[in-house]
Amino acid sequence: MGSCEALIIGGSAGSLDVLLKVLPALRYDLSFPIVIVVHRKYGTDSLLPELLAGKTRLHVKEVDEKERLVAGTIYIAPSDYHTLVEQDRTFSLDYSEKINYSRPAIDVTFQTAAEVYQKKLVCLLLSGSNADGVNGLKSVKSWGGVAAIQDPSTAQVAYMPEQASIHVKIDHFLAIEDMAEFINLLS
Amino acid sequence: MISDEQVEILLSDLLELYGYDFTGYSRASIKRRIIRLYSLDKAVSFAEFRYRIKTDTFYFKRFVEQITVNVTEMFRDPGFFRTLREVVLPKLGTYPFIRIWLAGCSTGEEAYSISIILKELNLLHKSLVYATDLNPVVLEKAAQGMFAMSQMKQYSENYIASGGMNDFSSYYTANYSLAKFNEELKAKLIFSTHNLVSDRSFNEFQLILCRNVLIYFDRDLQHKVLRLFDDSLEGLGYLALGSKETLDFSPVTQNYKRIPNEKIWRKVG
Repeated sequence: MGSCEALIIGGSAGSLDVLLKVLPALRYDLSFPIVIVVHRKYGTDSLLPELLAGKTRLHVKEVDEKERLVAGTIYIAPSDYHTLVEQDRTFSLDYSEKINYSRPAIDVTFQTAAEVYQKKLVCLLLSGSNADGVNGLKSVKSWGGVAAIQDPSTAQVAYMPEQASIHVKIDHFLAIEDMAEFINLLS
Repeated sequence: MISDEQVEILLSDLLELYGYDFTGYSRASIKRRIIRLYSLDKAVSFAEFRYRIKTDTFYFKRFVEQITVNVTEMFRDPGFFRTLREVVLPKLGTYPFIRIWLAGCSTGEEAYSISIILKELNLLHKSLVYATDLNPVVLEKAAQGMFAMSQMKQYSENYIASGGMNDFSSYYTANYSLAKFNEELKAKLIFSTHNLVSDRSFNEFQLILCRNVLIYFDRDLQHKVLRLFDDSLEGLGYLALGSKETLDFSPVTQNYKRIPNEKIWRKVG
């Protein structure tokens, strides 16, 4: 494909295991940034960036506000803020109301990135127990981007990808073992 | 629904007609807020929405209230409030009088949190907390000192995690669904409008807190506001920012020394 300029991965319950399996198999020279937005418990100042950094040769860091998105870097959305993408391809953070009981909300990152990257955006929604990300995937599609989900039959908690498949025209249903190849080929 | 160009039109209307300057705000967030309000209020068209903001001063106030983020809580980031309690305020306690500026105080939850700590450190009687916001509507709410009863469990947990040792419920009386905070906590709070974008320094302080406000500003506006804080802070005073905000990129940073692991800087230069 080669036209991807950003990949955003959203997930909730049951998504961490998927990330831990997929990240080690990613190319170290990906030509786009990856942003990971996963739900975490309130107040747990997470060790997620550290945990994921140990699983990949790509540079992993937590999002800083006003930071520019750079190819080959994996950015982790901080807990208790929404992560947004600005038109100049920098991040901004926002402490507004929770959406779908979640902050960070996957919808917010998907939607703001959709407007920026349009056809060059790929979003992947993983296992989870609420419907966050579904509206975001709708936006991605309406701006011409690519919507992918974890095949619900392979998800620890199928609800989130299932809701997406009901409400959005999904381009790719991915089993866990096919995800890394899918992402590598976007480069 | 609303395009980037239309956002610019609304922002320049606000500046031209009302003197509110949002042009230095990060766009993605403010655009989301505008679209949210647009659908919440079931606007029929952009033209009608714009006309209403321009001509209906009551609706204009609602617009300003809704496009700014006013989410806050008591003792948010307990570790931060612990440092305030154990390091910063005891240092300031040696002064005869403590002036604190809480910029962007929204509905006041942090102002009352600070009052509680000052009281427990036996400093409240010689302190004055100026709590400001650009938005008069939230300040009215702040001055009432009433917060949702449903939040008290969370706030009480935050309070304990921040080093509070009293019974948190002794600070308020339950009034149906609201918790009304004690009058003595209010006595040293001064709520007043102040717009960080357009207003100047109005006093000198030993502690300035501005948490989760700068994240909404672009870099230029961040620098401008940090200069304003620098101008308003006494030597050896403290500046506290939100957990994802920093002084690092500002020219004033060389005058400051950071408290390790906290978003608190002391003015040493």
